[in-house]
Amino acid sequence: MSVRLTRRQLLGAGGGLVVAFTIPACGSDAKAPAADLASNAWLTLKPDGSATIFATHPEIGQGVKTTLPMIVAEELDMPWERVTVTQAPVDEATFGRQVAGGSTSIRNSWEPLRRAGATARALLRQAAAESWDVPIEECETGNAQVTHQASGQSLDYGELTERASALKAPAESQIELKSPDQYRLVGTRIGGVDNRSIVTGQPLFGIDQDLPDLRFATYVRAPATGGTVAEANLADIQALPGVVDAFVLEPAQQPRGLRGGVAIVAETTWQALKARRQLQVEWNLDDASKDSWDALRSDGMQRAAQSGDTLFDDGNAERALASAQQQISASYVYPFLPHAPLEPQNCTASVTGRGAEIWAPSQTPARGASLAAEICGLDPKRVVMHQTRIGGGFGRRLYNDYVVEAVAISQRAGMPVKLTWTREDDMANDLYRPGGLHHLKGGLDKKGRLSAWHNHFVTVTSDGEKPSSSAGMRQGSFPQHLVKNYRVEQTLLPSAIPTGAWRAPGSNALAFVSNGFLHELSSTANRDHLEFLLELMGRDRQLSWRRGSGMDTGRAKAVLEAVGRQSNWGRPMPAGQGQGLAFYYSHRGYFAEVAEVTVEAKRLKVDRVFACGDVGPIINRSMAEHQVVGSVSDGLSTMMGLEITFTDGRANQTNFDRYPMMRMPSAPPVEVQFLEDNPSPTGLGEPALPPAAPAVVNAIFAATGERLRELPLTKGGWSWMA
Amino acid sequence: MNNISLSVNGKPVSAGDADPEMPLLWYLRDVLGLPGTKFGCGIGQCGACTVHLNGSPIRSCSLPLAAAADAEITTIEGLAAGGQLTALQEAWIELDVPQCGYCQAGQIMSASALLASNPKPTDADIDSAMAGNLCRCHTYQRIRAAIHRAAGSRPNTTDETSGSSL
Repeated sequence: MSVRLTRRQLLGAGGGLVVAFTIPACGSDAKAPAADLASNAWLTLKPDGSATIFATHPEIGQGVKTTLPMIVAEELDMPWERVTVTQAPVDEATFGRQVAGGSTSIRNSWEPLRRAGATARALLRQAAAESWDVPIEECETGNAQVTHQASGQSLDYGELTERASALKAPAESQIELKSPDQYRLVGTRIGGVDNRSIVTGQPLFGIDQDLPDLRFATYVRAPATGGTVAEANLADIQALPGVVDAFVLEPAQQPRGLRGGVAIVAETTWQALKARRQLQVEWNLDDASKDSWDALRSDGMQRAAQSGDTLFDDGNAERALASAQQQISASYVYPFLPHAPLEPQNCTASVTGRGAEIWAPSQTPARGASLAAEICGLDPKRVVMHQTRIGGGFGRRLYNDYVVEAVAISQRAGMPVKLTWTREDDMANDLYRPGGLHHLKGGLDKKGRLSAWHNHFVTVTSDGEKPSSSAGMRQGSFPQHLVKNYRVEQTLLPSAIPTGAWRAPGSNALAFVSNGFLHELSSTANRDHLEFLLELMGRDRQLSWRRGSGMDTGRAKAVLEAVGRQSNWGRPMPAGQGQGLAFYYSHRGYFAEVAEVTVEAKRLKVDRVFACGDVGPIINRSMAEHQVVGSVSDGLSTMMGLEITFTDGRANQTNFDRYPMMRMPSAPPVEVQFLEDNPSPTGLGEPALPPAAPAVVNAIFAATGERLRELPLTKGGWSWMA
Repeated sequence: MNNISLSVNGKPVSAGDADPEMPLLWYLRDVLGLPGTKFGCGIGQCGACTVHLNGSPIRSCSLPLAAAADAEITTIEGLAAGGQLTALQEAWIELDVPQCGYCQAGQIMSASALLASNPKPTDADIDSAMAGNLCRCHTYQRIRAAIHRAAGSRPNTTDETSGSSL
């Protein structure tokens, strides 16, 4: 007999999770052997004293496959050496939302995972208490044992699983969570559970999946989004060596669903790719995108100088500008960006009349499964989605277009297929970070304080009514609510270029704009920038604009002050060198960063970056530092040289030869500091990225007096020194 | 039959009827079932597909099978002879180098070739040898630290946060 715990989410009950136990009849549970304690969905304790913990969320490099199970093990008081981590099935009814996105995994999982571990620990204590006939309060845990100090008795967890599995689950109120001083695992450095498999080349990733009789597919989409196939030389392609099938698929729900195109299925990926060279398609591009970034940019520049529709209007920015002691204005521009995860989009699918089985590197696997069911006309219960390790996400794999393509190809071809996108497919068929323009006006009062902020935001719209996906400005964007007179106007430029979430959506561009212009203002006022930002934050208070997600100005000031000390802010710099500071609050994380740069004739070296963050307590210090260093470097790589432009709806940069991501010689050292006073952890996949580029741009100004307002910097003739 | 034969991780392989134009990458992945070598760009720009050809690092996505005839190929799967991890692989684990991990096979193959020819590389040596390998997660600092650790060499600059051992 085993105890199974199922979880149901009580909506409206303070967002909390309630665990409920059901005790199946003896022998009715085939999954767990009799003596195992499968105390809940997340973990199983075995009589040998080991534990298997499910990793519930997709692993895209943010470390949750290791860090989430650490939370369970902590409350279970289980040494990490005895833990085996297994990737959970995709089952949101059991595990809750299984999504890697919005830096939410840790924040949403912290409490339920602690309770999962603590519930099992309570059962083990109770089992020990009963076997010794002592009060449960006298039974302590540690090192996978329960001990009774007074009698000197102890039992290993493994010796207690059978007895514990016969117990009823404790009431919610009886589950004790550890206090931070009792943590043994949380806050330590634990290496990735897949590291050994990674360094020995074991098949882990979506693209590594194999099946009996698997065939390999490539899929050719229209050169501009929205295009469809008019005609293709399918018969020629079908006759080529190794080609198993070639056919046209009609579009459905594109661009997030199925784009129209030609599938080629072959015995190897290479044969499919080689056949593709001979494919001739006549595309119907009547309804396809004709967009050009050059045209959008120059149109946007003109429109930005005019006025737009009111989006936010706090106080009276126009009047405050008119009465300001000093007033400045400037325009900022940033481009479209592809995500370019190193593992190209891919999916392995086997669709039969009975159902579908799918292996996909998706950040939203449950959504992928339901889309697959829809596109194939299958009962969703008959679609099994497997989570694979994911070779980078950055938001690209929140979308499941590659899943939809693979299942459609497998269904049509009647065989299991692995669809692999080429790099060119990946860069030309993304849902891009939208480009945008801002014309800013700012006012300073007699004391050099910020008195007015006026931003005309020019962005893209795919429906002509509202900004395209991830192309809007939300309430609370820095420095809204910190300056009394704050106005944002918006102008929408029609564009059919698909857009979507890119690491720290919105914030990744808005931080560059706001921090650059704030520095222009403090420089105009001849003020120290750290002092200017601290003054802007004002007294300690919780700002609130969206369901508890507002910024706490006390925490914001704390990271600013800490990074100031960490970087020895304001120290004299030699000629040609400078310090720059930027701050951003995103995804409930606070980051202040100081960059130190050396500049020689538009050649840039970032000597080092100091990053101070507050995301509450750090769970896995190794991975947390990794995220910050990686985010900063990602932000700077993007700042210097990355953009995707379009001509007649076609992407102009489709591989790494024209998309110069940062390489090792340019990567700066990053010194990371965390402030951990707040007891609730939030996510770290995104919030360290937004301040990096503006910290460097502000440092360039300090070093040279040159103000850079358009990304990427290569457009202005800049390059890395090394 | 193309009569191409080669050695992969110490085992003789007869490529039989495989297309001599097929890049070695796809032969390894799709035909031999060795998926440790990764596809990233297909044009030799990212280094994810790096393997050793007679001990030298090459981009297998851009090397036709015919050019590997009679060569000794080592892939990431063949690096740990007899299951004993190399010092580089150990250092990668000790410093928790991977984030997503996708590029790391290629990084390790490039690093391994570097150490074979330059057992005590400087930072500049490492930067130069590793500049052909992209890491989209930007684990560059830990990669450099892990190479130094495996080599027993010292970095010129200390980076405390990134070089911390677990």
